[in-house]
Amino acid sequence: MFAKRKSIIGLYTDENNVADAMDALKSKGFGENEYEVLTGVPYPEGTFGEAEPHIHLHKFPLIGAVFGFALGLVFTIGTQIAFPVVTGGKPILAIPAMAIIMYELTLLGAILFTVGGIIFESRLPKLFMGAYDTRITEGYIGVVVSTTEDNLTNAQDVLKSSGAEDIKFP
Amino acid sequence: MQEHVHLSQKQINKDLLDGVFNTPMWWYLAVTFFGVVFLTGVSAFAYLLNQGLGVTGLNRPVFWGVYVVNFVFWIGISHAGIMISAILRLTQAEWRRPITRAAEVLTVFSLTAALMAAPLVHTGRPWRAFLPTPWILPYDFARGIWPNIRSPFVWDPMAISTYLVASSLFILVALLPDIAVIRDRSTGVRRAIYSFMCLGWRGTPRQWKLQIVAGILLSALVLPVFVSVHSIVSWDFAVEIGVEGWHSTIFAPYFIIGAIHSGVAAVATLMVVMVWVWKLDKYITPDHFDAIGRLLIVVGLTWFFFFFLEWVFALYTLEAPEIAMRKLQVFQWPWSGLFVLFLFTAFIIPVTAWLFKAVRRNLLCMFITTILVNIGMWLERFLIIVPGLMRRTHMVFDWGSYQPSIIELLMVAATFAWLCLGMLVFSKFFPLLPLFDIKEAMINREQIKIGRKEIPASIRE
Repeated sequence: MFAKRKSIIGLYTDENNVADAMDALKSKGFGENEYEVLTGVPYPEGTFGEAEPHIHLHKFPLIGAVFGFALGLVFTIGTQIAFPVVTGGKPILAIPAMAIIMYELTLLGAILFTVGGIIFESRLPKLFMGAYDTRITEGYIGVVVSTTEDNLTNAQDVLKSSGAEDIKFP
Repeated sequence: MQEHVHLSQKQINKDLLDGVFNTPMWWYLAVTFFGVVFLTGVSAFAYLLNQGLGVTGLNRPVFWGVYVVNFVFWIGISHAGIMISAILRLTQAEWRRPITRAAEVLTVFSLTAALMAAPLVHTGRPWRAFLPTPWILPYDFARGIWPNIRSPFVWDPMAISTYLVASSLFILVALLPDIAVIRDRSTGVRRAIYSFMCLGWRGTPRQWKLQIVAGILLSALVLPVFVSVHSIVSWDFAVEIGVEGWHSTIFAPYFIIGAIHSGVAAVATLMVVMVWVWKLDKYITPDHFDAIGRLLIVVGLTWFFFFFLEWVFALYTLEAPEIAMRKLQVFQWPWSGLFVLFLFTAFIIPVTAWLFKAVRRNLLCMFITTILVNIGMWLERFLIIVPGLMRRTHMVFDWGSYQPSIIELLMVAATFAWLCLGMLVFSKFFPLLPLFDIKEAMINREQIKIGRKEIPASIRE
């Protein structure tokens, strides 16, 4: 049986304090999946000493392109066979005309899958926001700790000692 | 970029979301005006559907008039967004930041304007054209005729719909963090709607990393579509072997560079409007106009090179019908007058003016010169299409000139009104400048000291 996890959020204005908070949480034994940073702007990776997120986005456009190409092939061949335009001495399947449609559908597939991949890899849609503060989108940096109820006081101490300007229990 | 102003994130939110949370009186007036013009165009379209194509000025041998001119023109404008957004994003040009969103939105609305401009009209009975889209029902019930998938007119909807979907998703993905900012500043139903739209965006490092990678990846994927769209539009003409002046192998790159020329000019016009109307002068500075002005010089010169090549290829063959068509374009009134006007407005006046820094940094001058470019580029398409079709050739039993009817002109005006209306409505619900992109520039910005001078620098990963 998993212990019930609760969240706490500390809000900072100084990037260095956030980095200190992250270091302190790590040294106090909090696992990497127990805390995260929330910002209103993309900071360079590793600014706060956070773990580098691993993403697999490159696979999505490739899979999408294969699907799109296959769809283009079926669509063009299927249409021409279903409604053959017989022109003397020429094949029913007109490759140059097919190539253009297949090209567009290949790219459409790649783009649709990429966007799907972005949403999926971003862990969206997120139905429940969890610990969050609207001040994050106006410049505050949030450090969210989601841990067991027993550990919550520890987390609060770390956030307070590292210079959090406000601490909230959602 | 030498003029750096440091603004807090709170200030940026306040400035850039002002149009979302406050609606000035001019917005209502502008929406009403463009709405009326648009509805007038829709009424003209309804009249056309009821009466048939006879109410237009189209007649033998000119069956492609201002509808197709307008179609090519709007497809050209739609190249603005991807040129500015994708290419400048991939090359990490810092000055792109305040103008990418507006350019992308311009792309989407001009694409929809293009679809309204011609394909819908030229099918004669558009409901029949839409019915067989999934290839389920024939175009003509009585004779059982389906669309010919080999036709270039099937390439067009494929390319344009791919470009429209791609551009819309490009905007949507980049909007997610900005919608979250609006969500955080809203209450009640509005908050619920924006919460739904931003899919629960929180701003974790993972989400930001994907946002940055997505910008690059989607840019790279949209670029081949961008190239294909205007190539395919040019092939509507170039694969037609019977019309002199159209059947040219250079048409695809010539059309693409023409599209970029008119598109980037349209973005510059929009930038001026954004400064004048939305008071965004803190974000769109003379440096940005200087940068886009320099880009326009390069694009304009490249376009002129292709224009010159197109004429060289046409005249070098010394084929009588081709020469006759060119003579018609250049020496016969009214085409001669339009040709001179086109050359001066599309190239000679604006490109010469942009050579001067004072012009590039002056909003009024940029507004006038970029508007001139688009007048010229509209005329360029007109001069390709109409004289091309009305040339006098052997074995043609009748020929004549072309004059657009009031119905056509109202529908052309409706497409311009549609674009303005779309931009205005978009600006009411979403920021026209990408908030997170601007904020990122602020945090990456540092002053570095060299000797006694402090100069701005941008730090990148």
